[in-house]
Amino acid sequence: MPILEGQGVTKLFGGLAAVSDVDFHVDQGEILGLIGPNGAGKTTLFNLISAALPLSSGEIKFKGQKINGLKPHQICRMGVSRTFQETKVFPNIPVLQNVLLGAFFGTPARISGAAAASEANQALEFVGLSAMGATPINDLTLGSQKRVEVARALATKPELLLLDELMAGLTSTEVGEAMELVTRIRDMGITIVMVEHVMKAIMGISSRVMVLNHGERIAEGTCDEVSSNRQVIDIYLGEETHAGS
Amino acid sequence: MGERVLQLIIVGILQGSVYGLLAMGLSMQYGVCRVLNITHGEFVMLGAVLTYMLSTGLGLNPLLAPVILGPLLFGLGFLLQATLFKALKARAPSPAAFEGNGLLAAFGVLYIIEHIARITFGSTLMPSYYLADRVSFLGMDFVLNQFVTFGIALALGVAVYLFLNRSRMGKAIRATAEDPATAGLMGVNTNMILPFSFGLGALLAAVAGTLISTKTAVSTGIGFSNTVIALIVVVLGGLGSIPGSFVAGIVIGIVSMLVAGLWEPILTVPVYYAMLMVLLLVRPTGILGKK
Amino acid sequence: MDITRFVSTHKKLLLVGFLFLILIFLATFPLYAGKYDVRVLTFILIYVVLAVSWAMFSGTTGYMSLAPAAFFGLGIYAMALLQKELPFPLIIAIGGALSFAFAVLVGLVTLRLRGMYFAIFTFGLVVFMTEIVQYLETRLLGRHGQSIIPIDNDTLFYIMIGLAVVTVLITYLIRRSRWGLALLSIGGNEEAAEHMGVNTTMVKVFIFAISAAFMGAAGVIAAPVLLYVNSNIAFSVFYSFMPIFMAILGGTGVVYGPVVGAVILGYLETTLRSQLFNYFMLVFGIIMVLIILFLPSGITGLLPILRDKLKGVISKLRKENEGEPHANT
Repeated sequence: MPILEGQGVTKLFGGLAAVSDVDFHVDQGEILGLIGPNGAGKTTLFNLISAALPLSSGEIKFKGQKINGLKPHQICRMGVSRTFQETKVFPNIPVLQNVLLGAFFGTPARISGAAAASEANQALEFVGLSAMGATPINDLTLGSQKRVEVARALATKPELLLLDELMAGLTSTEVGEAMELVTRIRDMGITIVMVEHVMKAIMGISSRVMVLNHGERIAEGTCDEVSSNRQVIDIYLGEETHAGS
Repeated sequence: MGERVLQLIIVGILQGSVYGLLAMGLSMQYGVCRVLNITHGEFVMLGAVLTYMLSTGLGLNPLLAPVILGPLLFGLGFLLQATLFKALKARAPSPAAFEGNGLLAAFGVLYIIEHIARITFGSTLMPSYYLADRVSFLGMDFVLNQFVTFGIALALGVAVYLFLNRSRMGKAIRATAEDPATAGLMGVNTNMILPFSFGLGALLAAVAGTLISTKTAVSTGIGFSNTVIALIVVVLGGLGSIPGSFVAGIVIGIVSMLVAGLWEPILTVPVYYAMLMVLLLVRPTGILGKK
Repeated sequence: MDITRFVSTHKKLLLVGFLFLILIFLATFPLYAGKYDVRVLTFILIYVVLAVSWAMFSGTTGYMSLAPAAFFGLGIYAMALLQKELPFPLIIAIGGALSFAFAVLVGLVTLRLRGMYFAIFTFGLVVFMTEIVQYLETRLLGRHGQSIIPIDNDTLFYIMIGLAVVTVLITYLIRRSRWGLALLSIGGNEEAAEHMGVNTTMVKVFIFAISAAFMGAAGVIAAPVLLYVNSNIAFSVFYSFMPIFMAILGGTGVVYGPVVGAVILGYLETTLRSQLFNYFMLVFGIIMVLIILFLPSGITGLLPILRDKLKGVISKLRKENEGEPHANT
């Protein structure tokens, strides 16, 4: 049984379908890449899964349980966490407090202050920021802020992690580091779905790739299958592979 | 009974046009400058009180008062935005913080204006009815100034609407309201547009004040209740929507007359508020108009 | 000259000692102060409760509530209506409970609104209460306003100290706990907080209601201080804006910030208000504008900057004393 699956997932804004009748599944332990041109509906799909937006129709199931209709905090506690395209860290509290919030509230079980602090520090160490706990968020580079977001999401002890354009705005070296981080997360047993425009990352670490265009799923398969799919090449990859990462 | 209700509704429409004018000004100030100008009612008060002073002191026809008071209070509004709110915007760490600070600063200004007025003019009631003759319309009794003020408010409302939609400056104002950064990049002089819009809002408030003074007794204390009405109308019509404000003004005018005439005058505000709360439950993402 | 070192190692002890001194000062105040001064201090403590409870919710989440006067007034009227029926401490509890329940209702409806709409609705709530209470009073009780049976000055003072201490203590405990963190995260980015497992609706409504409870309790105690109340006095918008300005003047970043602001502005208000009301309000308006313009993070927001400057000065002096070459800082 896939850890996450969606059937007929549709989201309408007025008359416009941002996501249109999409079926998908994510197998446990894999890294699923989600690609498509801008406006294809990738972030919208994430927002539907995490319940930031309500579905117009269709169904989404996590570990066999229907989750559409639940609220974001409930879905988080079930084991789904995410990062955001616009890096939604908490600018008013230091780095450690950002992650601590996830540790305290991200799991259904009651956790002591000491245990939460330990979880938070572990998460920071995992992303390589253990020395930055007391730093104010605004003093960090974009790359570091994104890592704080990841640490915060990890502190909620997810089984499924949604990464929304983690690599956007990163330098080539930073992209390599981020790819390594994502692989390490997968090695911990966490399933990952990542929205990306950076092809090097997607092709490098995804086990499967799904392609959206105008809200519809137009291709799905292994990296090789997708990158040789004529339709995909036509509308999207064509420009990307020439442009590089 | 039915005729009484109809009469109340008509008066409500006539009255509501002034509310609409009021709210249009407030909506513009928020829509363009992102300042929730809680001082708005004080501009109405100044318009009303100064009209009284001019008409009783100099014998000036109150309907001509806006010729003097309009530019005067436009200037005051212009100055406020160009100095205080502009400075606040520059210092605020985020747009949300600016909106909060703007609101609080406006409250300080409210106290300043109201109490300078009280010190200068005292707190006594200033009755000056103008064109208070009885008029018969559809077989029912009305007062002439109700129709006159309606006409003026409607004309001014239409004029503002046309200005915003047809003129170049109006387009610039709407662009700034939509997206100030982009508007600036496209050559709009936001340093002029912002104070101008704020001043225009103040001018509308002042005219509303003049119109009110012809129909009821006014004093230096009427500011607050007018702010409350303006806020309610603006929220009903949608913060930032100019036509929405005018329509909502009429609606509130009708509700106000029906509640006051058929039930209890003091319950008008609670009724509006309850209306808004119910509306909120039904449409939590906002009411009429945008955002 | 090792003052800085002494202060930092004994920080906690000094703090506790300082608070203890304040408590002793307050407790013995009626012994050497006149009746009028005790009343003034009682009212300042009321402002402390209002400012601190306002900051508990609005200072952290960023939702600007203009509702304090509504809950404060509710407490005042609870006292006005129940003063002959029930013992005073019970009325205080009831005033708090009523405000709590009322705030839950209001919160559930309005806390899903964006910032400005929330501010407007809480502002409207105060006006709503003024009119409704006046209507009900005239209709059902045939009067507008009533007098409150006086209670012993010193008793009120001590009860008020108790409420103030409880309010500050609970605010402090919440701030330091995971719930305080949740509040700040809502203020930082509510959507992200929700996605990290925080039930934002519940947290907002609950804390909003707790802060309202303190305001209601303060209202009950304020009634015998005011001696005469009516719907305009009880639900005056002034009691919404004063606590806000006090909290902002003092700074909302720390729990004691609003206390500082409340003491300063409260003292000014109670001593100046009686003379030349209009001039006082005018000056107050000017002060409000100046605070927002020049001191938006409050006095306590300046402290870290001052502390760093002071440290710099002290270390410079120390180096000069020890005869070292002047280091470039």
